Amino acid sequence: MTATAGAAVLALGLAACGGSDDSSDESTSGEEMSGGGEVEVFTWWAAGSEKAGLDALVGVFEEQHPDYTFVNGAVAGGAGSAAKDLLQSRLQASDPPDTFQAHAGAELQDYIDAAQIEDVSALYDEFGLTDAFPADLVDRLSTEDGAIYSIPSNIHRANVVWANPTVLEDAGLDPAAEYADLDAWYEALDAVEESGQTALSIATTWTQVHLLETVLLSELGPEAYTGLWDGSTDWEGPEVTAALEDFEKLMGYTNDDRDGLDWPDATQQVIDGQAGFNVMGDWAEAAFQEAGAMSPDDYVYFPVPGTDGEFDFLADSFTMPVGAPNPDGTKAWLETVGSVEGQEAFNKAKGSIPARTDADTSDFSEYQQSAVEAFANDTIVSSLAHGAATPIATLNAISDATSKFTTGASDLATFQSELAAANM
Amino acid sequence: MRHRLRRLGAPLLLLAPSLILLGVFVYGLIAANFNTSITDNHTAAQATGQEPVTTVWFQNYIDLLGSDDFQHSLTNLVLFTVVFLVGTMVMGFGWAWMLDRPDRGEGFFRSIYLFPMAVSFVASGVVWRWLLNSNQGESASGLNRLFQMIGLDFLQNNWWNNITFGITAIALPAIWQLSGYVMALFLAGFRGIPEELREAARVDGASEWKVYRLVLFPQLSPIALSALIIIGHMSLKSFDLIMSISKPANYQTKVPAVDMYVFKSSFNYADAAAVGTILLVIVALVVVPYLVRTHQAEKR
Repeated sequence: MTATAGAAVLALGLAACGGSDDSSDESTSGEEMSGGGEVEVFTWWAAGSEKAGLDALVGVFEEQHPDYTFVNGAVAGGAGSAAKDLLQSRLQASDPPDTFQAHAGAELQDYIDAAQIEDVSALYDEFGLTDAFPADLVDRLSTEDGAIYSIPSNIHRANVVWANPTVLEDAGLDPAAEYADLDAWYEALDAVEESGQTALSIATTWTQVHLLETVLLSELGPEAYTGLWDGSTDWEGPEVTAALEDFEKLMGYTNDDRDGLDWPDATQQVIDGQAGFNVMGDWAEAAFQEAGAMSPDDYVYFPVPGTDGEFDFLADSFTMPVGAPNPDGTKAWLETVGSVEGQEAFNKAKGSIPARTDADTSDFSEYQQSAVEAFANDTIVSSLAHGAATPIATLNAISDATSKFTTGASDLATFQSELAAANM
Repeated sequence: MRHRLRRLGAPLLLLAPSLILLGVFVYGLIAANFNTSITDNHTAAQATGQEPVTTVWFQNYIDLLGSDDFQHSLTNLVLFTVVFLVGTMVMGFGWAWMLDRPDRGEGFFRSIYLFPMAVSFVASGVVWRWLLNSNQGESASGLNRLFQMIGLDFLQNNWWNNITFGITAIALPAIWQLSGYVMALFLAGFRGIPEELREAARVDGASEWKVYRLVLFPQLSPIALSALIIIGHMSLKSFDLIMSISKPANYQTKVPAVDMYVFKSSFNYADAAAVGTILLVIVALVVVPYLVRTHQAEKR
């Protein structure tokens, strides 16, 4: 603990900088960092389980850092696109919030290149996060020169298949069956299709990209899959062609109205028994919970066939913007985000899992516990559709190419060369 | 000279605030947009000055216009505009023509037809997304379901998910929303024609068709032109309706405005600005001749 005097000097210094004009509480509690003032936290968590998670996290923050006032900068709408638009213009105008939510990984690259966020790897050492997070995860988060630009608050798994046992039984399948690879899965998909239901429900382009990435992972394995993003795997190679053929085959099992739907509609089809399978990240768990469905009677889940032992991760994380009005406040928020209590409270409410392996998850749901175990033991790879693997421009180009292919406007060879071009 | 200045002084002073605001926020920003469009500002780093930005003149325009994807967007835009224009003109004129006959219930039907215009494109887009669901057969819903119920199964189609003509399905809600407006324009046109002219024509022995063809239609042509220009420039700028029915990444419903949005969200400001300029030029090609014509007509 730093002496009170030191903290007081810090507070004075901040006040002199004009960084904490709104601070009404100048008292120093003897906490390690104690500047006081408002901390504006910019997110797109404005409703549902995300809002509940944020509220829980704020509860821990106020307990750990009573000097600081949390200011909710949440912007609702468009699954984060409204927030990202506003954030883009605020950062351009050098008016950043104290911290903002962003997908961890390569999606941060644009902010890094634009010198809009700070390297926080020093905080990893200070808060002891390097040891608390799995080594694989720290690798995925680090840039080539070893810098890390954000602290993850939660982890989601993308390579999960959700299925309706009743539909599977009607199709003569064993709901508890595991499928070793995609070929084994095709037989089950054929059976569901013959029973008259949609075999594999899917929604608009991003969910198709989501399916594409899990198929690539299944076909290529974790090493070659990761190589797609650093250039060591050839996009024009025969393995990728084979994976794209699988993707094409899987798209043949899907519903026609996919492009007009978003993921909850596709997952709902499994909940309602209109579709057999759905590939979606584990936020779908919250949809099953809301519908009052219980596993394993009402729904079952398993890793996408061929990706057992692999954890296709994405994470929300918080950054330290360059020129944040209250940098000590940012630090205090990041400390809470990375702390055991913060991660437990947040993830229990949101339905995701903590990035820390030392968090106590004994009262988490059954699915969450299985994901926690997988996260600790599996090989961790980065999700494409959710910004962990590539910068936004690359993802947009891949999405365009995917939409063009799945609507039938391009053939497989064109699709593959467009994917290759997108990753140049 | 001094006399002239005094004569112009007061009006100029009064106009100055709006002139300055327009100058900065419309023409100034158009210039700034054009300025961005002739650079290679394609990344976030360049936008914030971390990396140098160089002027590449019309390279972005050449690349865009030469790319298959942007040509697809332009084709979509043309298809959408043609269907939207023909649809609203035919429906709007038809309704106005029917309401022009002095039957009962005119006020009632006028409100009914005009009402869709009060709904925002985003709200009607959400409803039409359900109506234009592309499922067919057993899982059909929306209009496809309706076709099944009334025994017109063969009319079922995949609506906006057709690769070539999908965009024209989105023109349906646009027509639904704006036909009433075109009707109001035409109705005002009909009412603006003095009753004496029709009577005079009838006294001269003109048939009802001839009254329309030779007396009424010629006087409606300025109205028709205004309607075409208004609907045409709205159609060219269409974005919200398309976005709320489809999604920005969906290939089948791409138009330049959607491309602009996607470029901007990829931090590709130069290409976004170039698409913006292209759109502005297309709209100007439609609107400027009209303005010139109106100006000349007023002078006469």
